[in-house]
Amino acid sequence: MALFNLKINGKTYKADVDANTPLLWVLRDHLDLVGTKYGCGMAMCGACTVHVNGEATRSCVVPVSNVSNATITTVEGLSETGTHPVQEAWDEVDVPQCGYCQAGQMMTASALLAKNANPSDKEIEEAMVGNICRCGTYHRIHDAVKLAAAKMKK
Amino acid sequence: MSTNQSRRDFFKTSATAAGGLVLGFGWFSSEAFEPGVLTKAAADTIDFNAYLAIAPSGIITIYSPNPEIGQGIKTAFPIIVAEELDADWSKVKVEQSPLDTKKFERQLTGGSGAIRHSWERLRKAGATARAMLMEAAAKKWSVPVSECSTSKGFVVHSSGKKLSYGELATDAAQITPPTTVKLKDKSNFTLIGTSVKGVDSKAILTGKNLFGIDYKREGMLNAMIQRPPAFGLKLKSFDATEAKKMPGITDVVSFGNKVAIVGKTTWEVMQARKAVKIEWEKEKDLESSADHDRIFKEMLNSTTATVHRKDGDVEAAFKNAYKVIEAEYQCPFLPHSPMEPMNFFAHFKGDSIEMAGPSQTPQNAQNQIAKMFNMAPEKVSIELTRMGGGFGRRLNTDYAVEAAELSSIIKAPVKVTWSREDDTKGGIYRPAVRYRFKASIDKAGNITGYMLHGAGMNAGNATRPDNFPVGAIENTLIQSNDHKSPITTGPWRAPITNFLAYAEQAFLDEVAMAGGKDPIQLRMELLEKAQKSPIGKLTYEPERFREVIKLAAEKAGWGKKKKGVYQGFSVYFSHASYVAQIAEMANVKGKPVLKKVYAAVDCGIVINESSAQNQVYGAIVDGLGHAMYGNLTFKDGAPQQDNFNKYRLIRYNEVPDIEVHFVKNGIDPTGLGEPALPPTGGAIANAIFKTTGKRLYNQPFAEQGATLG
Repeated sequence: MALFNLKINGKTYKADVDANTPLLWVLRDHLDLVGTKYGCGMAMCGACTVHVNGEATRSCVVPVSNVSNATITTVEGLSETGTHPVQEAWDEVDVPQCGYCQAGQMMTASALLAKNANPSDKEIEEAMVGNICRCGTYHRIHDAVKLAAAKMKK
Repeated sequence: MSTNQSRRDFFKTSATAAGGLVLGFGWFSSEAFEPGVLTKAAADTIDFNAYLAIAPSGIITIYSPNPEIGQGIKTAFPIIVAEELDADWSKVKVEQSPLDTKKFERQLTGGSGAIRHSWERLRKAGATARAMLMEAAAKKWSVPVSECSTSKGFVVHSSGKKLSYGELATDAAQITPPTTVKLKDKSNFTLIGTSVKGVDSKAILTGKNLFGIDYKREGMLNAMIQRPPAFGLKLKSFDATEAKKMPGITDVVSFGNKVAIVGKTTWEVMQARKAVKIEWEKEKDLESSADHDRIFKEMLNSTTATVHRKDGDVEAAFKNAYKVIEAEYQCPFLPHSPMEPMNFFAHFKGDSIEMAGPSQTPQNAQNQIAKMFNMAPEKVSIELTRMGGGFGRRLNTDYAVEAAELSSIIKAPVKVTWSREDDTKGGIYRPAVRYRFKASIDKAGNITGYMLHGAGMNAGNATRPDNFPVGAIENTLIQSNDHKSPITTGPWRAPITNFLAYAEQAFLDEVAMAGGKDPIQLRMELLEKAQKSPIGKLTYEPERFREVIKLAAEKAGWGKKKKGVYQGFSVYFSHASYVAQIAEMANVKGKPVLKKVYAAVDCGIVINESSAQNQVYGAIVDGLGHAMYGNLTFKDGAPQQDNFNKYRLIRYNEVPDIEVHFVKNGIDPTGLGEPALPPTGGAIANAIFKTTGKRLYNQPFAEQGATLG
């Protein structure tokens, strides 16, 4: 066990865990940040996506020791009240069905938009292909990414 | 429309502690109950069914009884109540009710049946409250009720003065509920049929703890369970000496044929699990996919089939036929793969148990857990969490029951979480099935005889004996055989029909072509026949069938030449709804590539346009993805795919354009969670045939050259 000071959503969290513990389980079991979801545990579905230094990262395969000095953002940190343009767009387009994958979808989309304010359809596809939505809300995810991009330009 | 409502089917209570009106509705009541005073705090102690509450502030709380799995029921039910109440939707707050078998009936998610079942009762619930609020206002103003009307949360007098529902709530609580209540004319709906955002959306998008897997209690332990790695194996022995020494581990126990690893955190449990040495031994046959292929063929050639429906003399029809067409279709096993794996929280307390988690059938779970502990069902409380999908998997109670059993053994509150591998290998699959079809046609291409023989696994009857075109053909025979497999099986979104529809619709395409008829023309002729002179029992309405076909054909421009576009058609009636689909493909260097799917849907009145569109899109993507890729195979009883690296699900870049149209006929609403899925496979297979001339008889399609995106 080792003590980690993690910079998450602008706050510092302490976690006394094994160094190999994936960030996902530190967030969920130790820090009560359960918006980040477990889906596959092998970076195949994207449900666990968070930002590590701004990069969309699958937290289920990242040992906590790798991110001890990083700036981490989870869905709770996009905005607590849902006012991030991506959250607003997801709401306006009424994307979710079951909703389980949507935090990961939004984290992937928001990382993309932070770097590329005007992504092409192909660029959106390349970013979003790693996130599975079992309910099949892909069309709305596409519309929401476009809407979020438009919102961020304003 | 005026409907009778028995006094006992509805009751009100006096003002809440905080003031305001709490109305109880026997939405599903058929039993006697005793009215009582209801406060929010004491709500669960009152013996009545569902209810809505109006606070003096004007906030209206509507309690939604059915489990939310992504089908939008938590938004749709309250929309119906709010419509008849004439509530201001922006003042409505929705809360999920826990399992309460005294208040509710059919508190389950399955069969696309919730709206159909509850439509009338939900409307009455809203309309009755509205009538009481109007009467309270009329009394206050000393005017006849007939001079009052309602609008968006206000009772309005003809003079123009108005009072809000919040202002009237306390007085309305004193009014005797009317025994008959006038429901709105459907043409006056202002909320039903509009697009209303999901009531949980904000919470979902800000990462709140809505799901079972997020559930946490003080002192709760986490557990994972090692179940037999192959169907047909049982536990022989295990050694947990090393595992028990590992950090965070509190217990390793065995029950049933399972070994449970219990500890403080999920990750610690996952690590210790690897250190448990387990020996399994053979209990039943260890089946492989190759065995299933052989068993199917044996069953289809056997003479022991169970006959489910017989009209006329199909053998004579085949003997006298101008042409006989015969084909066999087969699909593999499928896991459900909900994004949220199975999980459940349980806290055994000796003479009672508290449960919380994602269940499509909480009442079944309650009954089974009560039986296991020899408790009265009411000693088993179940909190309903939002479900991260289910697709039928959560109609089973195994994962809740085992959590309860584990909690009783370790005597602690515990949440059991399944890994993705557990979830994929854990069974209760959509079973593989093989169908043989045989049809005879006359010189004009008319079908004179039709036979369907199903070879199923643990399916009982793997057919749907009354499916179209049965009812439109003089001579039919529907029969099946069943193999009892140790591989556990169960319902999967649109049970049976999720594959049968493809087989039937692809076969009808073959028959149409063999008889020189356009596929739509053939179906329209059959439906006309079924309408004018039905053969035997008819379970579908031919006219509604024809309307969705016409709508889909019109929207997709069926029969009009589009350059480089190959269309495939399919239509299906399931769960009381009708859906026609046309898939459009392109031929890209000899490969069929799906470009677009048109859907025409008749589910009666659409409650929530946005949610309904989302359901149909999703069902098409689901049907498409599994028809293209879904394939769970077995070797010696063990599933060969266990995670998304080996088991492929459809992704963002693979969905075609989709266009959805609803038939507007004002008929009472039916289901929408499942009906748009079954036709998809057939539409695609028929389009593939048009594109390549190759008929696909097996799923998944991708392994036979079809591509997406």
